[in-house]
Amino acid sequence: MILIGLARNLRLGIKDILLHKTRSLLTTLGIVFGVGSVIAMLAVGEGASQEALNEIRKVGSRNIIIQSQKDVDEEASSRRYIRMSVYGLKYDDAERIRELGRAIRRIVPVRLMRRDGMLGTRRMELRVVATHPAWFELVPRRIVAGRVLRENDARQFARVCVLTETGARRLLAGEHVIGEKIQIGNQFFEVIGIVESGVSGRNIAVPDEEVDAYVPMNVQLQLFGEINARITSGSRDMEKVELHQILVEIERDEMVEPMARAIEAMLRAFHPRKDYKMSVPLALLRQAERTKRTFNIVLGSIAGISLLVGGIGIMNIMLASVTERTREIGVRRAIGARRSQIIQQFLIETMVLSGVGGIIGIAVGILIPLLITRFSGMPTVVPLYSLALSLGISVTIGLIFGLYPAVRAARLDPIVALRHE
Amino acid sequence: MSAASPTPTPASAPMIRLENVEKIYRVGQTDVPALRGISLEIRRGEFFGLLGPSGSGKSTLMNLIGCLDRPTRGRYWLDGANVEDLDDDALSEYRLRHLGFVFQSFNLIPQLTVCENIELPMYYRGVPPAESRARAEFLAELVGLGERLRHRPAELSGGQCQRVAIARALANDPPVILADEPTGNLDTRTGLQIMELLGALNREGRTVILVTHEPDIAAFARRRLWLRDGLIEREETDAP
Repeated sequence: MILIGLARNLRLGIKDILLHKTRSLLTTLGIVFGVGSVIAMLAVGEGASQEALNEIRKVGSRNIIIQSQKDVDEEASSRRYIRMSVYGLKYDDAERIRELGRAIRRIVPVRLMRRDGMLGTRRMELRVVATHPAWFELVPRRIVAGRVLRENDARQFARVCVLTETGARRLLAGEHVIGEKIQIGNQFFEVIGIVESGVSGRNIAVPDEEVDAYVPMNVQLQLFGEINARITSGSRDMEKVELHQILVEIERDEMVEPMARAIEAMLRAFHPRKDYKMSVPLALLRQAERTKRTFNIVLGSIAGISLLVGGIGIMNIMLASVTERTREIGVRRAIGARRSQIIQQFLIETMVLSGVGGIIGIAVGILIPLLITRFSGMPTVVPLYSLALSLGISVTIGLIFGLYPAVRAARLDPIVALRHE
Repeated sequence: MSAASPTPTPASAPMIRLENVEKIYRVGQTDVPALRGISLEIRRGEFFGLLGPSGSGKSTLMNLIGCLDRPTRGRYWLDGANVEDLDDDALSEYRLRHLGFVFQSFNLIPQLTVCENIELPMYYRGVPPAESRARAEFLAELVGLGERLRHRPAELSGGQCQRVAIARALANDPPVILADEPTGNLDTRTGLQIMELLGALNREGRTVILVTHEPDIAAFARRRLWLRDGLIEREETDAP
């Protein structure tokens, strides 16, 4: 019964609005853009934080990643005087980090090397990660086949390796390769598993980006040592790096950033040159959230102004409509409509007007993020709640700005209104 | 003709009673008296005509009787209730249930169809759509416009518009019909047809109050009152 009444009121409201199609459409533009920008704003913010979250999921949210890097000065001088460049993180660094406190749950060192690999007759240079088996607990990787490294492998100095999907593809190996031996350098390793490859994000360095195989670190040290040799443009470059990466897992989220600062301070004290780089995924998430907040404030005020202007536009048009329809109001009053019923009629009209604006605005708000993603590559996600929210906002605006014209219509003296030409 | 009969009150009791009613309009700094002391009784079932030249105060009196306005001085009883005691909502309610207006310029709502125009008073009374729809169709049939329910007022002739207006006035089955110059915008023949229709409504028991300045239209009323300068000039009653 109430629903039937509502449907009838809406139908009559739409009918009244259709009296002036162009005018009504133009009037709603303010609401359309206001609502559109609210949705677009939320979509961009949501996209940014979801992207950050996805990237963090790749590397673990409570991890701190410290990487060795050759700094520019060192590189130049090494070319001139010595062939061997020595830089990067030390075993001692890992020890010192361990001593920083109980907030640290685990420390996993990583050494990288490049060696020729061979499977059957296929020969490829492989990029190998030497690490502790705990690596796979810190950075979860989906297992495609077989298994990952285990503590036992390290304890028994087992010559085993895990291939990434990329590595397997490069060696032209499928799942049948498990149990077979591949040659890395001059040593043979048994393939025990294949895992998915780490894909790099936009903002976060994934520790095992572009890696072909994992081997236990102690085995690697025993067989290959710490020196990587590389032949580039005729000269032989050698580098000695104890650890290429240290992954630190922190107990609790809120300890991540304080610990990152402590580690940074320690490293600064022990490394005269800045031959390391830290990345803290959680800090990046915080950064993304700060960006999102700034973005929301700026776009939010634009949307707010737009909605305000839209509301004033609607009020203006409704006042004009009340003046034009003075006689109609008089007739309705003479027939027996109460003031409240006149108010209701005009409020429904403004709410239909702003609601239609809201619906068109939703379409615009879905379209804008699509265009943003398409042309700038920035990820966007339109959150469902934003659609309901903005429709609610637009109808509320109709209610607020429709009230004055509606009350003015209801206050008209029926006799004066009836005589109005 | 309609399902329910008008509110039963003893035929002898006056339905409308005015006592020394004055109405003064304020125009700028000066007071303009439109009615200067009118006493009047109208009984249930009367066909009452209000005549007079323009400026005589007949429209003002009509507005007072129609509960669209209040007297400046004097008393006005409607069905025994003092209008002074009624607030705006109560007056609206009274107009809705007891009065049906027929205007000179029809005053149909242009964006609504014939059917929706007739349904309007029922809409305000909260009648369920299906029921009001059925009654609107019945009333349209009654005034001879059963074929035109879907049309807009702009597509109708003047006479047809006035028929729609009468159907609308009958929507809530009111005991009183107020017709303000109902034939003023119509040619003579159509005007007479409309008057026949109003006469038929009166014969079935409704009180019809007619405002006009045309003597031959006024002749349909059985009691006629002439106003001049805000005062009753004379009164005529046909022999029963």
